[in-house]
Amino acid sequence: MSDTILSIRDLSLALPRGADRHYAVENVTYDVARGEVMCVVGESGSGKSMAANAVMGLLPKGVRATGGEILFDGQDLLTFSEDRHRHLRGRRIGMIFQEPMTALNPLMRAGDQIAEVFEAHGVLTPKERQAKALALLEEVGIPQPEKAIRAYPFELSGGQRQRVMIAMALALEPELLIADEPTTALDVTTQAQILELIRDLQQRHHMAVMFITHDFGVVAEIANRVCVMREGQVVELGSANDVLDTPKHAYTRALINAIPSNAVPPTRAEREPAPLLEVRQLHKVFRSRGGLFKPAREVVALHDVSFTLDRGETVGIVGESGSGKSTLGRCVVRLERPDSGELRLDGIDFTVLKGDALRRERKRVQMVFQDPYASLNPRTRVGMAIAQGPMANSVPREQALKQAEDLLELVGLGAKTAERFPHEFSGGQRQRIGIARALALNPELIVADEAVSALDVSIQAQILELLEDLKQKLSLSLLFITHDLRVAAQICDRIIVMQHGRIVEQGTAEEVFLSPREVYTRQLLDAIPGRAHEPAMA
Amino acid sequence: MLYARLITMRLMKAIVVLFLIIIFNFFLIHMAPGDPAAILAGEAGATDKEFLRQLRERFGLDQPIYVQLWHYVSGIATLDFGYSYRQQMPVLDLILQRLPATLLLTGTAFVLSLALGILAGSLAAARVKKVSGSLIMALALLFYATPLFWVALMAVVLFSVYLDWLPAYGMYTVGAGLEGFALVLDVAKHLILPATTLALFFMAIYTRITRASMLEASQQDYVKTARAKGLKDRVIQRRHILRNALLPIITLAGLQAGQMVGGAILTETVFAWPGIGRLMYEALMQRDYNLLLGIFFFSAALVIVFNIVTDLVYRLADPRIKEAS
Repeated sequence: MSDTILSIRDLSLALPRGADRHYAVENVTYDVARGEVMCVVGESGSGKSMAANAVMGLLPKGVRATGGEILFDGQDLLTFSEDRHRHLRGRRIGMIFQEPMTALNPLMRAGDQIAEVFEAHGVLTPKERQAKALALLEEVGIPQPEKAIRAYPFELSGGQRQRVMIAMALALEPELLIADEPTTALDVTTQAQILELIRDLQQRHHMAVMFITHDFGVVAEIANRVCVMREGQVVELGSANDVLDTPKHAYTRALINAIPSNAVPPTRAEREPAPLLEVRQLHKVFRSRGGLFKPAREVVALHDVSFTLDRGETVGIVGESGSGKSTLGRCVVRLERPDSGELRLDGIDFTVLKGDALRRERKRVQMVFQDPYASLNPRTRVGMAIAQGPMANSVPREQALKQAEDLLELVGLGAKTAERFPHEFSGGQRQRIGIARALALNPELIVADEAVSALDVSIQAQILELLEDLKQKLSLSLLFITHDLRVAAQICDRIIVMQHGRIVEQGTAEEVFLSPREVYTRQLLDAIPGRAHEPAMA
Repeated sequence: MLYARLITMRLMKAIVVLFLIIIFNFFLIHMAPGDPAAILAGEAGATDKEFLRQLRERFGLDQPIYVQLWHYVSGIATLDFGYSYRQQMPVLDLILQRLPATLLLTGTAFVLSLALGILAGSLAAARVKKVSGSLIMALALLFYATPLFWVALMAVVLFSVYLDWLPAYGMYTVGAGLEGFALVLDVAKHLILPATTLALFFMAIYTRITRASMLEASQQDYVKTARAKGLKDRVIQRRHILRNALLPIITLAGLQAGQMVGGAILTETVFAWPGIGRLMYEALMQRDYNLLLGIFFFSAALVIVFNIVTDLVYRLADPRIKEAS
């Protein structure tokens, strides 16, 4: 293959001593050809990003190459000096990252950050650089590019920031673009747009793209070839169609199967309607306080939201960021107070409760948060973290701690883990702790806000299974908030689609997924990556 | 336009705050034990009741307290800070006479500590885990931990007494009658020791904050982005890391700047620098209430001014703040 641009041969990267394994990647071999999209797929810790970092010469401290070679256009990058490597970065190899929120310097204008690429390699005059930056912003499809060039990152949306990142990476027309989970942090419709943009640019510039992702849906959308990695090793390598349709390795099959299948929600048994939660005409507006000379700004988070959740039912609230779905969840647990409307739990209006009465009632509704890292106090043992809720409701300490052990057992972690600290657990285990903590007060309703969004697909499947299982055992009801329609399809009886603070559509999962009535719902469904490929996979 | 509005708003607020401070200080001084008239009389060697009464009448001390307050506040509104019966001079004249010396000293120390502190901190951050980096931090710790007056005394002993390079005290050579450039040079020579001594402490703090703040900033994603662009390390350090690390430094600089009037008492005493600090010390010892109140007022005003300046600098340094406020 003469048009191979990047060739990784038997690459081994050693981790610093004390890590949980010796090698980040071990004897990894794959090629990327000019004009193709190579997807490197794996879960967190699989080492999928490490090889890319080595190509860029941006390995984290302590990680070093111990064997093999990285041939870029025939030259071994591992033998390059830092300075020689720097000349390649940005000029012949571009890179975009996962978090558009943090990957741009917050204090520099978008245009200046793009112009910096030219400056770094000493091309063009300052004036030409700005002109070129503008042209690039136009090419990546930013609305109002002449405004965006003067904008600071905080003035741009997530999708727009990712477009700025792409403009930056493409500035000097590199032969290879490395994209490290570039759409993971984006909404599903934005993700679809960015994927289309990358594919489009790749074809127009005849670039090679090394696309790192954990999502087989994304793979189906964009890949020409696929490399599946697990624990630092390549387990499967082949064309996208072969890998997706006839995966050879058991791990690949497991990954593909772990993706909650979309558009085919399992049929649910009919239930007698017995309303537990009744929400009527809920309104919530966030106001920024205006000054003497400044008008107050208003954001409508919830507008005329009404729905019912029956006992034993799982209702999914689906929407993109800014749709008001999280505010709704926070109102249900009364972390947020709605401006008007009713919120009845078993007939008791939650919106008017205050003080002691609120404290008594609110334990009936508990919340599982998105980020299992941030929602546990790092200096409290998990047993204690779980017991604190009951203790605040005057359960004696000993009894509460004993109960915490039982709960840890229940969520599959074992009673002994009560003595450990949060940092000793993996992400999935931490989310189990979060669930145990929510269960500690014997709630009737659990509000799960993006509870599985931060987890790998295989872990996601386990947590969803656990929630389903607990729901049956403890006769819970579940309000499941997510941006991921595939997850919603798998677990929810009914789906509520939200946009701009309003309910766009609600119905049973089957109705919403198989025969959506509203245009917006259809857009959301169409944007799910890998949808076109779905029949072949099933 | 936006700035003009903002400054007007802040100034309006500042006037209210200053007014409250004036009232608060006034009552604070009057709550202090001791009768100024009795002390005045005592120092004059008289205990005569009639003399005391005359003194009280002359300085308005026989009036009800709210009348005294009214006189005082309305006086300040016309920039009349009263009369120092000790120094036989209007308070305003006394303060304005001493203010330039103090501002010269503290201002020089401020600029010096800020510039050197940020420089040393950036160097230490770039050389983390290297001997040179640790050495900078060790020095900073030493300056931070050593008492100011001791450093001052040792500096005098070394540079003035032993090496005889620099003058030991005062602001200019007495009786030399220098003029023009020679005078500037003379003052500068006198300034070096006290300004450096005063700067050392804050320099140590700036060094530590700059380093910590830069190390934190260097972990951020945008630094990786900058490296992926192929930028040189030097540029990344300056443009991406240091700029983002500046915010906590600005906060601290604002605090230090606010202390510029009253914060140099020790240094002024050791080096016999004719500034506000020493004036305040004398006023305190002699229960010169009008003078004390006047100095308090100027210190408070300076703190408020620098608060406003800090806010403005913040806005320049971080575009996000406009939105948030």
